[in-house]
Amino acid sequence: MARVEGYVEIDTERCKGCGLCINACPTKVLEFDMGTFNSKGYHPARYKGTGCIACGFCYMMCPDVCITVYRSVPATVGK
Amino acid sequence: MEKAIFNPPKSLSKREFTYCPGCHHGIVHRLIAEVIDELGIREKTVIIAPVGCSVFAYEFFELDGTVAPHGRALAVATGMKRARPDLVVFTYQGDGDLAAIGTAETIHAANRGEKLTTIFINNAVYGMTGGQMAPTTLIGQKTTTTPYGRNHEKDGYPIHISEILSTMNGVAYLERVTVDTPQNVRSAKKAIKKAFLAQIKGLGFGLVEVLSACPTNWGMNPVEAMTWLREHMAKEFPPKLFVDKVGDG
Repeated sequence: MARVEGYVEIDTERCKGCGLCINACPTKVLEFDMGTFNSKGYHPARYKGTGCIACGFCYMMCPDVCITVYRSVPATVGK
Repeated sequence: MEKAIFNPPKSLSKREFTYCPGCHHGIVHRLIAEVIDELGIREKTVIIAPVGCSVFAYEFFELDGTVAPHGRALAVATGMKRARPDLVVFTYQGDGDLAAIGTAETIHAANRGEKLTTIFINNAVYGMTGGQMAPTTLIGQKTTTTPYGRNHEKDGYPIHISEILSTMNGVAYLERVTVDTPQNVRSAKKAIKKAFLAQIKGLGFGLVEVLSACPTNWGMNPVEAMTWLREHMAKEFPPKLFVDKVGDG
C-alpha cells in the first residue's frame, strides 16, 4: 500500500511555541526551531522536512491556527 | 500535486489570537468557525462575547458580534434572539462568567428553553484577572486566592453546571467534552455542531461545556497542563452526553 505523503506549512509569525503540535504528532516530524525567534520572541515550530503522513493531528491541536496540512495527490491519468 | 486538507476556516478572521501560548480557547474558536462554515450560517450568526480572556472573541470571527456585561451574555442573547428569531445567536463564555456572576442568567435562559447556543469554556480558574479561584476550581487546587489549595470547608465545592442544567426541560442539547487529544477535538466539534443544530431546528437551548487548560494560571507548561486536565479535571468533571434531543439527523 502506498504511504500517504504530505507536508505542513507553519505560519511562524503566528506561532507561540506552545509545543502542542509537536506533542500530538504521531510520526514526530515537528520540532522547535531553536535557531530563530519570531517577532513575539518565541521559537516557532518547524517541519523537519520528511515523514509527514498528513494526518492533521497538529492542525487539530494548534491553538493559534497557524498550521496548514497538505496531502500529496497522485496525478491521475486521463483527466 | 498537493491539496490542502486542513486549512483555517473562513469564519475565522486573520487576526492573531491574544491568548497565552497553549491556551485552548484557540482550538475551540477554530471548531466553532468550522461548524459555522459547514452549516453555511456565517451571514446570519451573531456572537456574544463574555467578560474574561475571551472578551475580544468577536474580533476573531468574521461574524457580527457584541460583548455583554459580565455574566449577562445569555440575557443579551435572549433579547437578540427574540427580536430577530431568524438569526443564529451564540454566546461564548468562561467559567468565571457563566458559572459565577452569570449563574442566574444561565439557569433561567436554559430553563426557559431559549433557542440559543452556549459554548462554555471551563478551565477551573479566573484567567484574565490573574488566576483567582473560580466556582469550578477543584478541591485542593492552588490559585492566587487559595494558595494552600481550595478547602471545601472554607471555599465550598466545585459547581457542576452541566449536571444542574441537565435536569431542565428547556435544554435540547447538553454535553461536556475535552479538547486534550485530536480524537477528543473531533468529538468536541460534533458536539458543537449539534448544539447549533438544536437552535437552528428550534428545539431549545444547547450548551457544550469544554474542559480546557489554562497553562499560565495553572503554572504549568502547555503539555503538562493537558496531562493535568486529563488526570484531575476530567475526573471531577467527567466528559458525558447529558441531553440530546437533536438526534443523528
